[in-house]
This record gives sequence, C-alpha cells and structure tokens, in this order.
Amino acid sequence: MPISKEALDEVALSEKEYQLIVEQLGREPSEVELGMFGSLWSEHCGYKHSKALLKQLPSKSKRLLVKPGEENAGVVDIGDGLVVVMKIESHNHPSAIEPYQGAATGVGGIVRDIFTMGARPIALMNSLRFGPLTDPHNRYLFGGVVGGIAGYGNCLGIPDVGGEIFFAECYSANPLVNALCLGIAEAKKLVRARAYGEGNLLMLVGADTGRDGLHGASGLASRTFEEERELRSTVQVGNPFLEKLLIEACLELAETDWIAGMQDLGAAGLTSSAVESAARGGGGIEIDVLKMPRREKGMTPYEIMLSESQERMLVVVKKGYEDKVKALFDRWELRSDIIGHVTSDGVARIREGKKVVAEAPVNLLTSPPIYRRRVKKPEWLNKLQTFDVNSIPDLSRKKANSTLLRLLASPNIASKRCVYRQYDHQVGNNTVVLPGSDAAVLRIKGTKKAISLTTDGNARYCYVNPYLGGVIAVAEAARNLACSGAQPLAITDCLNFGNPEKGDVYYQLKECINGMVRACRELKIPVMSGNVSLYNETKGEAIYPTPVIGMVGLIEDVKKHCISGFKNEGDMVFLLGDRQAVDSSIGSSEYLELIHGIIKGNPYIDLGMEKRLQHCCLEAIGRGFINSAHDCSEGGLGVTLAESCLANGLGFASSDWKFEGRLDAALFGEAQSRIIVSVAPKSARKLEKLAARYQIAAARLGTVGGKRLILKGYIDLPLKEPGEAWWGGLEKSL
Amino acid sequence: MKFGIIIFPGTWSERDCYYALSDILNQKVDYIWHKETRLSEYDCIILPGGFSYGDYLRPGAIARFSPVMASLEHFASRGKLVIGICNGFQILCESGLLPGILLRNDHLEYRCQSTYIKAENTSTVFTSQCQNGQVLKIPISHYEGRYYADDATLAELESDKRVIFRYSTPTGEITESANPNGSLRNIAGIMNKKGNVLGMMPHPERACEPLLASSDGNIIWESIIANI
Repeated sequence: MPISKEALDEVALSEKEYQLIVEQLGREPSEVELGMFGSLWSEHCGYKHSKALLKQLPSKSKRLLVKPGEENAGVVDIGDGLVVVMKIESHNHPSAIEPYQGAATGVGGIVRDIFTMGARPIALMNSLRFGPLTDPHNRYLFGGVVGGIAGYGNCLGIPDVGGEIFFAECYSANPLVNALCLGIAEAKKLVRARAYGEGNLLMLVGADTGRDGLHGASGLASRTFEEERELRSTVQVGNPFLEKLLIEACLELAETDWIAGMQDLGAAGLTSSAVESAARGGGGIEIDVLKMPRREKGMTPYEIMLSESQERMLVVVKKGYEDKVKALFDRWELRSDIIGHVTSDGVARIREGKKVVAEAPVNLLTSPPIYRRRVKKPEWLNKLQTFDVNSIPDLSRKKANSTLLRLLASPNIASKRCVYRQYDHQVGNNTVVLPGSDAAVLRIKGTKKAISLTTDGNARYCYVNPYLGGVIAVAEAARNLACSGAQPLAITDCLNFGNPEKGDVYYQLKECINGMVRACRELKIPVMSGNVSLYNETKGEAIYPTPVIGMVGLIEDVKKHCISGFKNEGDMVFLLGDRQAVDSSIGSSEYLELIHGIIKGNPYIDLGMEKRLQHCCLEAIGRGFINSAHDCSEGGLGVTLAESCLANGLGFASSDWKFEGRLDAALFGEAQSRIIVSVAPKSARKLEKLAARYQIAAARLGTVGGKRLILKGYIDLPLKEPGEAWWGGLEKSL
Repeated sequence: MKFGIIIFPGTWSERDCYYALSDILNQKVDYIWHKETRLSEYDCIILPGGFSYGDYLRPGAIARFSPVMASLEHFASRGKLVIGICNGFQILCESGLLPGILLRNDHLEYRCQSTYIKAENTSTVFTSQCQNGQVLKIPISHYEGRYYADDATLAELESDKRVIFRYSTPTGEITESANPNGSLRNIAGIMNKKGNVLGMMPHPERACEPLLASSDGNIIWESIIANI
C-alpha cells in the first residue's frame, strides 16, 4: 500500500527517505516504526543536514574525555580528578508557541542532560534573542521566556549566572531560547548513557507519560512553521519540583554500582532515549508499552513511544539490583517501573503485551541519510558586504554625548540587570563573579581553582558575513574568558539557523561553521558538545544565522580572577590591542543600525593579533597587576568605558584623547581584539613592557576617578546620566 | 554543640548552610531528612531555603505537615535554637512558630540581589555579636518575601523588640527604596516571644567568605555559636 503524503508529512519524512526505510527493512514499516523513524531521522535527533559540516569542528584535545555526540553532554578534564560536564541546547520553537513553558522545559531538558551523567549541575546560562520590544507580542514572548527560566530554574537550586540577550526584527515571531548547563563530577564516577548487558533492566523513573509533546522533535524542531499557533499542544508543561527530586535521587544513584547506564527522556521521548542508549551500548532493547505508567487512558503505543512528557529518566539497572534502585527512588517519593530489558540482538523491539508493534534494527534507526549540498554565495550577501563609510555623515562633536546615551539605553547594550536579578545566581555558594561582567566565575570547592563561563554570538556580523561572524563568535567568547583571567578549555555550541534545505541558509551554515573551525584551530579550543536548531523561519524569512558559543575556561587560582568594572580611584586606564579603530569598523555595528538604520559592512578580525592580545591579558592577570579588564565589543570604546565606570560607580577622565579618521568610528566602531584594562600607576610600565613583548599596542587612555565620564573634547557627562541610560534602558523598553 | 539541617523534598540551601557551618566555621553539622523525628542530640536546627514541595499551594504550606515539624515544635518549646532562612522562615510562619506570613513580593517578580539589613536588637542569641545598629550585607533570593502581619501583631513585635532585622541603606537608614519586596516596616527577620526561634528572608549562609563579596553572615552564626 503506497503511503500517503499526509502520513509522511506528519512525521516529517520525505518520500525518498521512506523508500530507503522500506528498502532497508525489507517491508513497509508499521505505524509505530514510522513514528520512530520520523523522530530519529529528524534534524533534531539525527542531524541529517548538519552532521557533515559539524564533523569538521575540532574536537581533539587531551582534556576532552568523550567525543561530541557520544554522550548527553561533553566532558572536559580540569584536574584534581574532576571533570566539567557541559552542554547548550535550544528550545526555540516551543518558546515561540508557549514562551513560559517552552523556556522552562528548555532549562529542565538541559539540566537532565548533565545530571544523567552523574554530574551535579552548578551553573546555568541563557542566550536569548527576541524581536524588538516595541511590538507587544515580542514583549509578551520576552516576559514569558524570562518568567519560565526563573520559575523553573530558581526551583532547582542551580544558579543562573548570566548569558546574553539580543534584539532584532528577524526574531520577531521566532525567538531563540538557548539554555546552557554546566556540572561538576568526579571523573571516575561518570555515568554513561549506554544500555548494555543482556538481561539488564530498563527502568522508567519520574513523571507519568501523557500525550504532551507528541512530535516535538520531528514536527516542531525540524520544520518551519507558518500559521501554526494551534501547535500549542505539542509544547510540554514542566514540573520543576519533580525535576529537583530527580536530580537528587539520580545523583545519589550515580554514587552506587547498581546501574549500567542512565539517559533522560528529551526530544522524541522514549524512542530516542531507548534506541540511542541501545546504539551506544551496541545491543538491543525490548520494551512493553503496557508497563509504562500513563497519565491518561487509551494511549496508543505510538503515542507512548513519542510522548515528550517532561521529567522522566530511563535507568539501565544491573540485573538483581532492581529492588535497591526502586527503594532509593521510593525514598525520594518518585515513581519507578521496569518497562523492559536489554537484549543482544541489535533490535529495538516494542511490544504491547504480547503483540510486537515495532521491531527495527537499532543501527538503521540511528543512521539517517546524511545530506551534503553544494551551494554558491548568495548575490544579496555581496550587497550587504559592500558599505562605503562616506555615504553617511560623521558624528558631530556636539552630538557625541547624546549618541553615547542613546547607545547605552539601547536594549542590546543596556544592562540586563532587570532580567538576571530574577534568577537566583548565587545558590551553591560558588559564584565569585556575578552576572553583568564579561564572564561569570565560579570557584570549585575543595580546590584552588575556578571556572569561567560565557556565551557569545553576534548574529548581525554573521548575517553580513557568516564566515567572519563565526570566527568572531569564538574569538569574542575566548576574549571574555581572558578578561576574567581564564584559559579557555572547550566550547559547547548551539547553531540556530533557518531551513537548511534552502541554498542560502545552507551557505550561511557552512560558512559560519568554517569560520568557527578556523578560530577554534587558531586559538586551540576544541568543541566538546553542541546542538543545532534549524528551520527557524517565519513566513519564509529565516532568522539571522545565529551561532551561540558557550565557552568554559579554567582559572588555576581563584584569587587571580579579574572583573570588568573599574576598581580603584587613581588607577590608570589602557586600551590594549588595536590602537586605532579604522573607519570601516562601524560596519555592522550597533551604532550603524541604531543611529543610521543601516545593517551593512564587513566586520574584521586578525586572529594572530587576537591570540597575542588574549595571552597578554591572561599573563597580566596571572601576574596580578591588572585591576579590571573589559572586552571592547558592541558599542565600541565609548560604551565599554562607560560600562567599566558604571559597574562600581567610578568615573573616568581621559588625558588628551587623539584619534585619526572619523569620530563615530573612534567612539563607537566595533574593531575586534581590544580590551580596556586598569592598573595601579606603579604597574603602568610593567603593563607597557608586557604588551610590547606580545607586540600589542597599549595606549594610555586616562585615569579612574571622580563622578564624571570624560573623553576630553568629546564626551563629558556626570555618571548619573550614563547610569540612568544603561541601568534603566532595558526596563524602560518593557 | 551540634547543628542539624532539615531537608524537605525541594530544599536547596542545605548544602550552602552545611558548607558555611562545617567548612568555614568548623562546626559539627548533620543533615536531617524531613521524615526523622529525633532532634534531641542537636543544639540548633536550621530550616534552610529552597522550594519545599515546589512551593506548590503556598510556600511552606505542605512542608509544615512533615513528620519532623511536630518534633521541631517540641524542640523549640524546650528553648533550643531554631533558625529558618527564606523558605525556612516561610515554613515557620505557616506552622505558627512565628507570627505573620510572607506574601508575594510587591513587584511580583523573583528577586536575587545583595541587600543591607540593620540589626535592630543586638541583645538576642542570634545577634549578640553585632554592634548596636550594625548593618549587614546579606543577599536575598525569593519570590515570596513580603512580610505581612496585622497591626496588633506588628505592634507586639515592635514593643517586644522582636523585629531583629530591617532592610536598610548601606548606612542604616530604613527607607522605602531599601526595601526589596514591600515588607511591612522593612521587616527582614523576626523572632518568637521566647527569643529562641528566628526567621529571616536573607541568606546568611551565602555571606560567609570575602571571596563571595561578604562575610557578614558569619556574625549571625558566631552569635549562635557563642550563645549555646
């Protein structure tokens, strides 16, 4: 019987893919099998359009203990027998439909990826993108997402230590909600997501299974959605209290030797969880859906296998230990049921009582076709990349003050305090540098060490030049860590793009990954884990190509960390790196968009200089003579100086400020590879010598002190004014 | 002397309290599961922060029925020390060990930030190491921290000097802008009539090391240690 187009559409498989399944199975798949293939071969689970590209990302490093994709999250060795487990994941589509629950369950999902490995989650971050807040629907999405992250995350007792928020028209109906979680574990106690050992038991723990979230992976995350507001029922509802119990119970279980593996149920629910664990374990699994605890009557095997009900874990219990494991979960008042067992025949067999409803080889289920495309650079990109600075008038001296204030109040630049104060960022007693600095710093108890964590990704640069945008995203994340005094260890990336089946989008994806590869190689930072979110489009319009780079770094001695705000009156302020912002550096800048309404012009970066700059900054912090370091990025020198002042309410006055070329570029150009540092006057020579050794320019800018921000001849404002603009800018837009 | 920290399902600041008392202040500390009923070996019981039972229904409303709570009432009636922090304060109010209630913050948002609290009565077992009117820098983290009680209760609390902490400016002025949640009379912490049960919304266990921006929380712990 030929399959109908509607039936294939429901599981998001193409006719060709269906034929491939029939060929490989030697028969037509059953309804349940078709649903399982649809989910596992979706972009969300199977990475069929992105795998070939993602493979290029460097992932070799002595510190990386598992390969990307091999486990739920990446693992990086930080010495002292400890590892960092980290991953970032998107929950974009659910958040577009139901922002509170979409964002909340995004947090829940990423946290499960971490504790499922036996690591205690110690930090969360969020990278968010929305359409402009002038639109009431965007304000609704913003409020819902922030509320969901707070509502779920605060309940778990994991600090949310920062992230980023950026606004642009392209995200209007398609917000991006990327959640990152980082955990710490003892290396020898890591739990793997493997179903191995014939006869070992599959135990389902946590919430009952309902009809929520059906087709989340294949339907929501792997296609574009136009007028699909009725998809609300595909979004799951979270229960953070249950998640908190799962965290504690599973971490207790990880301390025992009663289990062979553990895997959470995320996208594609039990299907992906069981089948992927079997694939990793090299065997098969057999499950009886009648043994699944259900939330509602009359659920079909299809629905049970594809439900995305939240707060569920699959535990592979060693035979004979089931009573002990059950008792442990009982103590935490968590329901647990044996639903099947591990087999050795390499088949995923799903039964409903005695009736077999699916029986397919694990290898076939987990081997979707891999697509590669040859694509050309889209013509319209050339237009975006050619920008003549002289087509716009330079900033007049008279307008310098007011323009700075406008930039500081722009939601993209303004302080995100009104958001992060809604997240508990201190629980755990580890947060040394709180949100608002370039990177968060968390000490590692029982050691002298600390880790530093940041997320970054300027999508405007990627839109204009996907390759350079990719390079800069990695470079800037590393620079943020350098400013905190941390040596970068590894990256977790979340690649948010449009529909990859379109040539232009595929080109963006390919180029952006190429750029990331280049920067990772040059700066010697491997990729430990990641996630792709494609099909981010509304009415045929793709979002900006938006790679989000989550990067973790190591500080050997927590006392030698650095903050971004000025610390002491009388300290001297230097600009390290590119001394003179060239005129073209206003290309693709916040200034150019905000003041002139133009999004054009290539960004620029010299990776060799970037590397020297970061090493110079790290050495200076390590030697202990730098009092503050702040990455000069969005909004350029003017904004960076203002932010350094406002963090601790200390003013700044320049010596004679000289520049060549245009005033707008000098003040607000976004030349890369620049860091503003402050040092005690007695250390000034030391800094200059060090910079010279690294062949990095160190320009004396002025002195910390007073209650004004002064760039002589151009900017002169009482701190109160930039303070009101920057601290209050975002809140006023809401 | 020995501290006991009660864990309800959903509690999350037990580990921070443990770390502060054990690792920083070198005290003996045990965790106590909420189904335990024996508290006799302890000198001070801590009800830590978190979201007991997910804060479902009302913060503390379900936890007050845990088996340990009856024992705690007995423990308190014998004059032994009890300190409830954040969710612990909410549980103490729900169970009637402290008067009043904690309502949703007036701005209807969760709030995690540094606050300054002024020690209003320094002749208690919880504040004896504070200078008169000393201002402590201790962070808050809560959704429901707006202290509310009827006028008669407030009058009694004031006349008994049982308002122990009030939100203030860094220099100790009690102003509206220093109040992070709309608490009546800027109340951040109160104690029972007998003076052995303290409830406070700020988290002293988060302010025990200079590395984490403040060690003012130690003044409260050291007061307790000095008074047992």
